[in-house]
Amino acid sequence: MPDSMVRVLDIAIGGLLTGGIYALIAMGLSLQYGVARVLNIAHGEFIMLGAFTTFTLYTVFGINPLLTLAMIGPVVFAVGFLLHRTMFTRLRVMAPNQDVYTANSMLATFGLLFIIQNLAGLGWGANLRAYSFMASGINIFGAIFAANRLVSLGFAIGIGLAFYIFLVRTRMGKAIRAAAQDPETAGLMGVNINRVLAVCFGLGAVMAALAGTLLSMRIPITTTMGMNYTIIAIIVVVLGGLGSIPGSFIGGFILGIIGTIVNYIEPSLSMAAYYFIFMLLLLVRPKGIFGK
Amino acid sequence: MDMSFFKSRRLWVLWLALIILVGLATLPLYGSLYMTILMTAILMYIILTVSWVIFSGPTGYLSLASAAFFGIGIYTSAILLPNTGSAFPVLVVVIIAGALSFVVAVLVGALTLRLRGIYFAIFTFGLVELVKQVLIFFEINVTGTRGRFIMLVDTHVIYFIMLGIFVVLLLTAYFIRNSKFGLALRSIGENEEAAAHSGVNVTMVKVITFGISAVFMGAAGATIAMRWTYIDPYIAFNSLFSFLPVLMAIFGGLGQFYGPVIGAAIFAYLEETLLTKFPYYYMLIFGCVLVGTMLFMPFGFTGLIQKGWRRLIGGQHADA
Repeated sequence: MPDSMVRVLDIAIGGLLTGGIYALIAMGLSLQYGVARVLNIAHGEFIMLGAFTTFTLYTVFGINPLLTLAMIGPVVFAVGFLLHRTMFTRLRVMAPNQDVYTANSMLATFGLLFIIQNLAGLGWGANLRAYSFMASGINIFGAIFAANRLVSLGFAIGIGLAFYIFLVRTRMGKAIRAAAQDPETAGLMGVNINRVLAVCFGLGAVMAALAGTLLSMRIPITTTMGMNYTIIAIIVVVLGGLGSIPGSFIGGFILGIIGTIVNYIEPSLSMAAYYFIFMLLLLVRPKGIFGK
Repeated sequence: MDMSFFKSRRLWVLWLALIILVGLATLPLYGSLYMTILMTAILMYIILTVSWVIFSGPTGYLSLASAAFFGIGIYTSAILLPNTGSAFPVLVVVIIAGALSFVVAVLVGALTLRLRGIYFAIFTFGLVELVKQVLIFFEINVTGTRGRFIMLVDTHVIYFIMLGIFVVLLLTAYFIRNSKFGLALRSIGENEEAAAHSGVNVTMVKVITFGISAVFMGAAGATIAMRWTYIDPYIAFNSLFSFLPVLMAIFGGLGQFYGPVIGAAIFAYLEETLLTKFPYYYMLIFGCVLVGTMLFMPFGFTGLIQKGWRRLIGGQHADA
């Protein structure tokens, strides 16, 4: 195959691989922000916690990261669920209206970010950490990718699909979709709104932690890594449309591909490009591409 | 309650303010050098907080752009006051920084103030990061530098400039609050559409106030940069400076004029004393206080004191 074709393939598949993680992270935030109305600035910290837990379990106890993936879910779900039940429910009850709640809960998650990040800093230190897992290369039509990146893409898509089926097929899924449209009315229709919102927050945290586990297989991690992913997640959620879960899944892939292209042209500008797209989008179409 | 009470109370407040001001102005005469430096930092945080409150308090628009205007001020100082070669007069640089922040704020405001609610907050937050990233790119690829050094300026001069900005800011805040303009601002916060129908030029009032609040942030940035002497994009455009004013204002309480001032003073003092000794713990405490404030003191420190006071005197001023 000619060189330029390999390069295009390199960018396309590379974009999908990055996008898979973005999609997972954004879907988590979409549940927390789009449905539960908590703009979770600490979202990235759950990613960081997932990554460091995986790192410690693998390097100290020799536990396979793919096994961690299965173990971490219920624990993080419980943490997220309880957090919403205690902290955010209180804030929601106290706030006179929706806007005040959105602002107050965002500031509270900012505090949460500092608590988690600095506890992690005390525990794990400030250094870059990395381990090697499934790092052998796989050749796709001449473009070479590490096996762990392909595995993480597979899991990201798998988790996304499983969650979609959960949303469409189960009663809880239906309740979540109803709450995403209108929490007040959903409550009047007999949905236990406090429980549904807490479940959404918990599931969002699980997705962040799982994304962290997948990320730790392929990149070096630090305790301050969370913020960038939070910002990416916010951008994707706005891109995909507030409350639209498929929108944030697709938006993740779009941003992944854009990021890879910019990264190919000028690596130091990729974060700036994200912000630029994001601010342009907010000005032109604040409802997002898939928003109603 | 008769009017003479209000008159005497207002007079009393004015006297108190004057005494505090004289105390601050003569601080270098009786205080140590450390006291002056500490007060400079506290004044800086008060300026950031009160100027944030000028706009976000009455309108309810949660602005996270403070760090952008603060950073513009810092960079103005860095470019106009290099540690080598000729330099502008210090005061001129501070005024230029304020003017520059005003222009940027008006431009950004005109573009973004039609965004409602949380979108405005996200946008302004993104603005800080965008400026930071572009500046980093610019420094690496165009100027080939990393960071800048700033001319050494006398500690007392820095202190007096900061105090000057503080006084002008308080006067501005007072006049805005007690004028027709302030009334228009509050009406926007209550109900923007109703305000527009009552003949308030909504966009104009919002944009101008956003600009005015940015002037003081820029000026404070330019002044504190002279004390920091070394800056780079990460220091100048640290998004912490967007969140700190919000926290300090809410911690102090937005209901009262002096609430944000007290909140900022307490926090700035804690930061200056704790940060050097226990950096990790300081940020940890900061997080806990933020969460605790949101959960248990939604009306802030002054709100808490008023509540306690009301309880003490038996609900006499129940709706004060």
